[in-house]
Amino acid sequence: MLSRTADHLFWMSRYIERAENLARLLDVTWQMSMVPQALDTINQSWAAIIALNSLEEAYAKKYSTVNGENVLKFMVSDPDNFASIHSCLRMARENAHAVRGTLTTEMWETLNATWLETREKTFDQLFNAGIGDYFEWVKMRSSLSRGTTLGTLLQDEAYHFIRLGTLLERADNTARILDVKYHVLRPHDDEGATDFYEWGALLRSVSAFEVYRKVYRDVITPERVAELLIFNKDMPRSLQFCLNSVSKNLDLIANSNSGETQRQAGMLNSQLRYGRIEDILEHGLHAWLSDFMDRIYLLGNGISKDFLVPMEEAA
Amino acid sequence: MNFYNEMYDANGGVRAHYKGYEDWLKATPPERIERKRAEADLAFHRVGITFAVYGEEAGKERLIPFDIIPRVIPSAEWKSLRSGLRQRVKALNMFLHDVYHDQEILKAGKIPAEQVLNNAQFRPEMMGVDLPGNIYAHIAGVDIVRAGEGEFYVLEDNLRVPSGVSYMLEDRKMMMRLFPELFAKHKVAPVQHYPDMLLEKLRAVAPKGVSNPTVVVLTPGAYNSAYFEHTFLAQQMGVELVEGRDLFVKDEVVYMRTTQGPRRVDVIYRRLDDDYMDPLAFRADSSLGVPGILKAYQAGNVTLSNAIGTGVADDKSIYPYVPDMIRFYLGEEPTLNNVPTYMCRKPDDLKYVLDNLAKLVVKEVHGAGGYGMLVGPASTREQIEHFRQLLIAKPDGYIAQPTLALSNCPTFVEEGIAPRHLDLRPFVLSSGDCVDMVPGGLTRVALTKGSLVVNSSQGGGTKDTWVLED
Repeated sequence: MLSRTADHLFWMSRYIERAENLARLLDVTWQMSMVPQALDTINQSWAAIIALNSLEEAYAKKYSTVNGENVLKFMVSDPDNFASIHSCLRMARENAHAVRGTLTTEMWETLNATWLETREKTFDQLFNAGIGDYFEWVKMRSSLSRGTTLGTLLQDEAYHFIRLGTLLERADNTARILDVKYHVLRPHDDEGATDFYEWGALLRSVSAFEVYRKVYRDVITPERVAELLIFNKDMPRSLQFCLNSVSKNLDLIANSNSGETQRQAGMLNSQLRYGRIEDILEHGLHAWLSDFMDRIYLLGNGISKDFLVPMEEAA
Repeated sequence: MNFYNEMYDANGGVRAHYKGYEDWLKATPPERIERKRAEADLAFHRVGITFAVYGEEAGKERLIPFDIIPRVIPSAEWKSLRSGLRQRVKALNMFLHDVYHDQEILKAGKIPAEQVLNNAQFRPEMMGVDLPGNIYAHIAGVDIVRAGEGEFYVLEDNLRVPSGVSYMLEDRKMMMRLFPELFAKHKVAPVQHYPDMLLEKLRAVAPKGVSNPTVVVLTPGAYNSAYFEHTFLAQQMGVELVEGRDLFVKDEVVYMRTTQGPRRVDVIYRRLDDDYMDPLAFRADSSLGVPGILKAYQAGNVTLSNAIGTGVADDKSIYPYVPDMIRFYLGEEPTLNNVPTYMCRKPDDLKYVLDNLAKLVVKEVHGAGGYGMLVGPASTREQIEHFRQLLIAKPDGYIAQPTLALSNCPTFVEEGIAPRHLDLRPFVLSSGDCVDMVPGGLTRVALTKGSLVVNSSQGGGTKDTWVLED
């Protein structure tokens, strides 16, 4: 497969996954903002979304205050914000367009139609029609695109690169959400009662609320939430699940240059497989997650270097 | 002007080869036809069979209108067209080989040497370069129009990167999907094997000694007006669609960058003009091409299809000499007519053209796509005067031809069914001694009443083209 084709597939799936994760996060924050609480607290959680995406500077250029409406506008439909849902869906479609010959008709039509439909709508239209419905729609379109991929695409190299993009992106997002929310929700380790609604919302943002109940059959505690999102090997949005699949897919596309990247992925996967939440919490969740995100970033670079934009001197 | 109607004769009677279709059209309820037309539109949109129009908003894509009334060609007429096309394309390839080797035709004085050697499309880099099978134009899209019974003219030879074949194939697919009953009743010669035939030809012209050649399609990229076609052909042939940046040259060998490392490329079906192919040899500002590819090509390590430098044979200033080429190389009289052409670089011709602008069609020598042309009878006084100034300023940049009475064919338009002018572009494939084509080609139709310009960039549409088997 052409390196450029693989590159487009990898980024196509990253962008659609990114749009979905963003929709999930915004949806949860939006819903939480309707639970009675201090305005400061609400705005703090909106600010956290900007921080999560390292967009403080870009945001400050456009808005002087952090509030729900501004953040939603900025993160949902601002075409100048490269991290907005609007931009992600556009990039997903552009990457798909560049390799439409490699995609099945169904996949192409799904991504194309998603973009065409989103492009039509202004923020006010989306907001007035119920922004929650829009988030649902984005999640459904992402599911649809994964579904058509799974249901129609030959499971060859193209499929593995698509999976790699999806899983790396998802691992990064789950880690980010956990990192930001954990510290917003639990500023001091000695604080007593945990907020059921807040933790419930975090779980819902990664579709893990029912999963939590099923796995623990008990009240929600921050430690278990962290454990579930990091270590559960069967939950599709947990770090362990993602890295296990990343490692497997990497082995399937291996080439003569990719040994080191495979080793790094394998090591990270093993740590997740054999790690314990107690050890992580003892050294600090934030430090651990920061390190994890750095390693995910390096993995992405490794994949890029080994497969997507290789040097030519090897000829 | 009296126009030849493809479906009806001068007395309004339906021509024999259209009888079956006309019966069907009369017997089919208009609502059903309307529904089918809407269905076709929707399907073309969803699949994204579109083209981009230069000069319009960047990235904007338009649908080429598709008409459900086919252009029907009887078997005997096609056979004569086919032999004319074979003859013509064969002679054009021999001409190209000749001008890049011994230049016998110039020595014989059949074509003024300066017309060839000073032509911007002549590539001195190709002098003495031997190509597999001596073939330069592996794919030719010859534009043919009809002016009367059995009276066909070649308008242009299109030997560089002719496009439109994907519409020919998609139009047929659409017709078979919408009206299968028509195909049950008519013996319509199939065209769907075109990609196979193309792949076979491309493989046949691989560099010497390559037994299982790697073929690729080279596209300028997703913003090119014919990108859909590039994707389509690559997918249909099952080969990689590459951009310039996917390729590199090392030691005069072309490789593509793949996820499993560099892979050698043997044949490149390139949909990129000569000028952009190699920034080291041609336009240095081109980021679409592959640095060093000309050297690899000259060394015989890769085949480009079409060859570099074919433009010298389809240039409008060379066009008038094609009948002479046929006589010179093949010793035969041309089967297909050339349109009489006035070369404005000749003072007598220029005078005639200036005196008769309102009657003539004037074309830029290097123009294409229906841009930069004047159709005298359909133009305003201002447009004519504008061209007069252009001609006086740069006579050698233009040719002129009498306005042909292009045939027309009933076509669905807003006010119902009305005759519209059309042309035909068969795609002629060459390798070695073998010149082949699928029956028919792409029929383009000018949807504006009275218009003689069928180019899709000028609002033209397409029709399915049926060659009826005996």
